[in-house]
Amino acid sequence: MGLYQFRLPDVGEGVAEAEIVAWLVKVGDVVEEDQNIAEVMTDKATVEISSPVAGVVIAIHGEVGGALPVGAVLVEFESEEGSDVAAPVTPAASAPFEAVPTVPVAAPAPAPSAPAAPAKSTSPATAPRPASSGRAAGEAPLAAPSTRRRALDLGVSLIQVPGTGPAGRITPDDLEAYLVADGKLAQGGSSRVARTGVNDTRIIGLRRKIAEKMQEAKRRIPHINYVEECDLTELESLRLDLNEHRTGDQPKLTLLPFIMRAMAKALPDFPQVNALYDDDNGVLHAHEGVHIGIATQTPNGLIVPVVRHVEALDIWECAREVARLAKAVRDGTAGRDELSGSTITLTSMGPLGGIVSTPVINHPEVAILNPNKLVTRPVIDGSFVTVRKMMNLSSAFDHRIVDGYDAALFVQRVKRLLEHPALIFMD
Amino acid sequence: MTETLRPKVLVVGGGPGGYVAAIRAGQLGLDTVLVESGRLGGTCLTRGCIPSKALIHAAGLYEEAVLAAGETGRFGIHLGQTPELRFSETVGWKDGIVDRLSGGVGGLLRKAKVKTLTGWATFSDAKTCVVESDDGVVTIRPEHVILATGSTAVELPFLPFGDRVISSTEALSLAEVPATLAVVGGGYIGLELGIAYAKLGSKVTIVEAMDRILPLYDAALTAPVSRWLEKHGVTVHLGAKALGQDDEGLLIKTAGGQSRLTVPAERILVTVGRQPLTEGWGLEQMALAMDGRFVKIDDRCATSTTNVWAIGDLVGEPMLAHKASAQGEMAAEIIAGHRRRFDPVAIAAVCFTEPEIVSVGLTPDQAPEGVETVVGQFPFQANGRALSMQAGDDGGFVRVLARKSDHRILGIQAVGRHCSEFAGEFATLMEMGAVLEDVAGTIHVHPTLGEAIHESALKALGHAIHI
Repeated sequence: MGLYQFRLPDVGEGVAEAEIVAWLVKVGDVVEEDQNIAEVMTDKATVEISSPVAGVVIAIHGEVGGALPVGAVLVEFESEEGSDVAAPVTPAASAPFEAVPTVPVAAPAPAPSAPAAPAKSTSPATAPRPASSGRAAGEAPLAAPSTRRRALDLGVSLIQVPGTGPAGRITPDDLEAYLVADGKLAQGGSSRVARTGVNDTRIIGLRRKIAEKMQEAKRRIPHINYVEECDLTELESLRLDLNEHRTGDQPKLTLLPFIMRAMAKALPDFPQVNALYDDDNGVLHAHEGVHIGIATQTPNGLIVPVVRHVEALDIWECAREVARLAKAVRDGTAGRDELSGSTITLTSMGPLGGIVSTPVINHPEVAILNPNKLVTRPVIDGSFVTVRKMMNLSSAFDHRIVDGYDAALFVQRVKRLLEHPALIFMD
Repeated sequence: MTETLRPKVLVVGGGPGGYVAAIRAGQLGLDTVLVESGRLGGTCLTRGCIPSKALIHAAGLYEEAVLAAGETGRFGIHLGQTPELRFSETVGWKDGIVDRLSGGVGGLLRKAKVKTLTGWATFSDAKTCVVESDDGVVTIRPEHVILATGSTAVELPFLPFGDRVISSTEALSLAEVPATLAVVGGGYIGLELGIAYAKLGSKVTIVEAMDRILPLYDAALTAPVSRWLEKHGVTVHLGAKALGQDDEGLLIKTAGGQSRLTVPAERILVTVGRQPLTEGWGLEQMALAMDGRFVKIDDRCATSTTNVWAIGDLVGEPMLAHKASAQGEMAAEIIAGHRRRFDPVAIAAVCFTEPEIVSVGLTPDQAPEGVETVVGQFPFQANGRALSMQAGDDGGFVRVLARKSDHRILGIQAVGRHCSEFAGEFATLMEMGAVLEDVAGTIHVHPTLGEAIHESALKALGHAIHI
């Protein structure tokens, strides 16, 4: 046991004194290492001061509201970690600065039977984070240009780093030890360096188009989002069966054609959903034909080709058209009429679909559907738990045109069609 | 023909700040354009550091030859006849060095893939620059601008440059050595050139407004220079003011205004300082914050306008080539995305006077208040190498200043022949944060002048060997 005097550390560049804002400990308290013991305020910021040692507080110095010069004794501890080597009564003749005693000189005095450190290291800096840098207040840290450069690269203020070299010089090893102690570097000093570069890219071409389109949609349209879960067990079994028994000229079916057909089936009862809103002129153009934009990822970005008159296509024709358009936009061979004229949009990322999404409406349309990921999960069926194939269906509507009630009704209709796929094929 | 360039970096000025910035930018793969109206190398290389050193070297050699031709000879060397100075050849030799170096800078720029335009750059806003070159008008719209326009000699209104009133630029290319030369301004430029012409045979008079020469250095450091001037018949008027000129030469008012007299002067060299070149290239269009007459920058050389950087003489003292180069290199690296800051501990300064002076950090009279210091001074007179090359008898010395408590070196200076080469060691000591023991513990080669550095540290520690 010994007396440990903790002095107010240099809390910031050029700060000579700090005001005590709050005491977080009182005499007699047992404190842990790194426990906050006081809050002090400089003209720059309020700083929490943590204890460099574990021990019992035997004295605190300074009133709340009072100013204390940097380097003055703040707290005295009875500590097991050995007494403060340079007790103020007998300042060591070799100590270059008053403030030096606050550096816990732990390196040469490891606890003899301390449990082994997790990683073996010859570095002395498994010691607690030094509380002070060992420099007089306001004094610029002393370090070679290479050390200063490395600290700057790593975003470390050398003011915080204790120097062990002559005249308090911060050696490369001192910086390394500080980084390890501070957790900024793995032990053993990996060569991790902060990346500070910024690469500027001009937003042009398709990316600019996408940006403008999205901004326009979000600026003009008050989006309302709605998510419902759909049980696709039946539809999936139908789809797998169709795929298994398809003829050579029939394309492989994904979920999309079924959803497209369900939309075409439901939309006639919700004419305001399959519509374009000319908000500049205050006219809603409700379309009888269902022209579904299929959001498609290309190497250059998002493109939305259009499957026209889905109401007039069968499931195989839908699938064939989706595949043809996806290839065309990826090849860059899609024509203008294939990229415009949609009345509602469908966006799907398949296995990447996530749980819930908030899609952005393809202005001037008023609705967009976004099926999420299909997952197999337990579902309560009566009093049994059963395994079903479930998929969330996210959506967004232009709330100026579509009320929440109608949006819900529309999604529920699509849900019903998807859950009972026979309905899709019934006329 | 109008061409528009859109480089990543535009560097304006091809001096030691600008060309280094451009080369570094090129090395870092940045698309870089450098604009220079004159020759590559700027003031330093074409009309400053380099040509003046060439002239000083030739003048020293001529002085030695004259001594050898004298009655007593020189180290036993006796020239049979008085040496003949063909000054135009001297100037030609100097020009050859300048040509070689300027061409070399051009080669380095090409190697770094920097596009160099010869012409005058004019900004219409902070990111638009028009260059009128021989090949036509080029508009440059860079992403980043590095301003490195440098400085020009200050003119005195009552002694405008022209005719016999010359600046340092003309002094480096005179057709013949003037019989009489008056130097207005006893700073390092005036003294370097004044001393060179004194060695070449001019009757030189130095007129300084302050009460001593080289007012930026302390009296102990400049005393050996004063002694050399006195010994070599150079008249020095301290506390005197130049008033103008008349037929005979330079009209001055001597110290205290007691008397007016005319200093005979075939040529009047005005070296009263340099001013940043802030006019004539559209600085006023760029909306940059100023710091007095300099462009204001932060510690990354960033001006008040984003992506406009300024370096060198344009941004403040010290107006030294090596400071400009360091800033230029840094600015290029910052543009390339590196994290850098201009934070030298000290920038060394050198006077190529007779004898030379080199100074880094604080001098004893600049020691901060309340800090106890020790000084160690060691004379070249006690250094074998100095004596072996006639560099020991002019009162030169090395002097180191350190904090008493921990022996950290706060500053180190020297005055003596050839001691300018100490600048590198001195600066390294300061940057590495050396203490006296570091110098004392470094074996310095015998026989060299550098032993005096070692001894000065030993002296400060109280145990010099050779004194």
